Amino acid sequence: MTSSVDTAPAARGAQAYEESLEQSDRSLAEFEARHQSALDRIQHFLHGYPTMVPVIVLLVSVLAFGIVAGDRFFSAFNLSLIMQQVSIIGILAAAQSLVILTAGIDLSVAAIMVLMSVIMGNLAVSMGVPTPIALLVGFAGGTAAGALNGLLVTRLKLPPFITTLGTWNIFFALNLWLSGAQSIRSQDIDEQAPILKIFGENFGMFGAQFSYGSVLMVLIFAALWYLLNRTAWGRHVYAVGDDKEAAELAGIRTNRTLVSVYALAGLVCALGAWASIGRVGSVSPQSFYEGNLQSITAVVIGGISLFGGRGSIMGPLIGALIVGVFQSGLRLVGVDVLWQVFAIGWLIIIAVAIDQWIRKVSA
Amino acid sequence: MSENVPILSARGLVKRYGRVTALDRADFDLYPGEILAVIGDNGAGKSSLIKALSGAVSIDEGDMTLEGRPMRFSSPMEARDAGIETVYQTLALSPALSIADNMFLGREIRKKGPLGSIFKLLDRAEMEKVARQKLSDLGLMTIQNIAQPVETLSGGQRQGVAVARAAAFGSKVIIMDEPTAALGVKESRRVLELILDVKRRGIPIVLISHNMPHVFEVADRIHIHRLGRRLCVIKPKDYSMSDAVAFMTGAKTPPEEAIAA
Repeated sequence: MTSSVDTAPAARGAQAYEESLEQSDRSLAEFEARHQSALDRIQHFLHGYPTMVPVIVLLVSVLAFGIVAGDRFFSAFNLSLIMQQVSIIGILAAAQSLVILTAGIDLSVAAIMVLMSVIMGNLAVSMGVPTPIALLVGFAGGTAAGALNGLLVTRLKLPPFITTLGTWNIFFALNLWLSGAQSIRSQDIDEQAPILKIFGENFGMFGAQFSYGSVLMVLIFAALWYLLNRTAWGRHVYAVGDDKEAAELAGIRTNRTLVSVYALAGLVCALGAWASIGRVGSVSPQSFYEGNLQSITAVVIGGISLFGGRGSIMGPLIGALIVGVFQSGLRLVGVDVLWQVFAIGWLIIIAVAIDQWIRKVSA
Repeated sequence: MSENVPILSARGLVKRYGRVTALDRADFDLYPGEILAVIGDNGAGKSSLIKALSGAVSIDEGDMTLEGRPMRFSSPMEARDAGIETVYQTLALSPALSIADNMFLGREIRKKGPLGSIFKLLDRAEMEKVARQKLSDLGLMTIQNIAQPVETLSGGQRQGVAVARAAAFGSKVIIMDEPTAALGVKESRRVLELILDVKRRGIPIVLISHNMPHVFEVADRIHIHRLGRRLCVIKPKDYSMSDAVAFMTGAKTPPEEAIAA
């Protein structure tokens, strides 16, 4: 230990009952490694690197399906196809992760996305507004919709679940109203505003077919990773999710942080809206109705704690891929769709159970 | 010490919560370089007084001065900016974040140049260096891994991190709310030494505690709070612990000169 122990003022000195402390073990502030069992080590390792759980699950499932389904599954083409298939849910999961890191939940992510795709499509295709302006309106709208969630959560102090359950319905109704429940056809988009479908385009590489949409998904995750891990804002997001009161006392403007998180999530949903037009090929007001639940699934499987403040943003990317791998793999080996759903259900439960176990890590 | 001008002073503080008056024209004086203990029975208004001084609650009436200048805080951030740091009983640490992240929470250091100003890139290396420095200044530097999450530390170590954070940034006053309440005998001793260490560096400390032996050991003066206001201020060498408890609970009336102080 240090010399400061010995320089404690002799004038007043310790209390009489503390005299025996002189002989006691002085290793109080030591941070020594204690003996640990193998399971403890695994628990500690996963506590430090919680994203390793989904990474391991992804690798094992890719290998397993590669062995069972062979080349049909384990080909560059099929693997890149999985990337394409999960790109929209992946982007929604990125938005969802931000909110879940603050110990909230956003049930409205898919509704914001579909509403913004309808706004972008209506402006650019039906009303002849220049596509870049239609896109900017969509981005602003997504940010505003997210900020509305954030303001309701912070100003009215409503639980995020209730707030976004409400705004999910509101955004869905607005979407049906604006679209007249009608899809915008693919040919019309091609004629009027082909840029809206740019994220559906593919490019070939090493025998794989990557869509620009899946590239966008990866770029969104990379940008969020930077924000969360390399900026003060990111540290504040984690602190607010971990313990809002402590963060407030430590001097963080927690409400401002929360509103910015919901607004950014809304912006990410609007980017997803653009990508979804390319992926679906048309603007459909009825699409992605379960997108919110699928995004939560990817986040949970990706190892982000629903209790906030824990997990890496890269987890949900892996989580979305795991869902895609299971769906593709089980389909290729000829398993009925209902068993795909069954498998995803167990994945969610196992992921949360592992999260709980990791959180119980002892010092 | 009382011939000096108080560094932190309050007059006639009033704080009401609905019908409850938590602070009833309370006064407060902290002199440079001293450890002032604040004691009082439960519900006497200690917490409200401390929260008013640290900016966590805004007062309804009254004046506060720091180094003679009037001040009024509407958030802990403002008090911090003015040089008053508080170590809360709950410590206000983020368990999942690292020691370095916690020490710089809300006042992170960014890289110089466009990386910092445009891309807001944190200067991790600098933050970790300073955190390490501050911890070793207080004799806490047996921590090997400054990137270790705070939740993996013991209670005393966490208290150490919170105190180090306050000492690192508290330029004028440090307020400590029940720093030893949750700790064992040995850890309490270490924290009391930390408090004396901080005092030796010339920073005055407000210590809120229920632990009479600890209060009498480290405090230069004891502010006794009762029924929402300052009842008296005593020096630990002039009175016994039972006197202090008697004043605090109203069993005994303090002498005139203590009330005047």
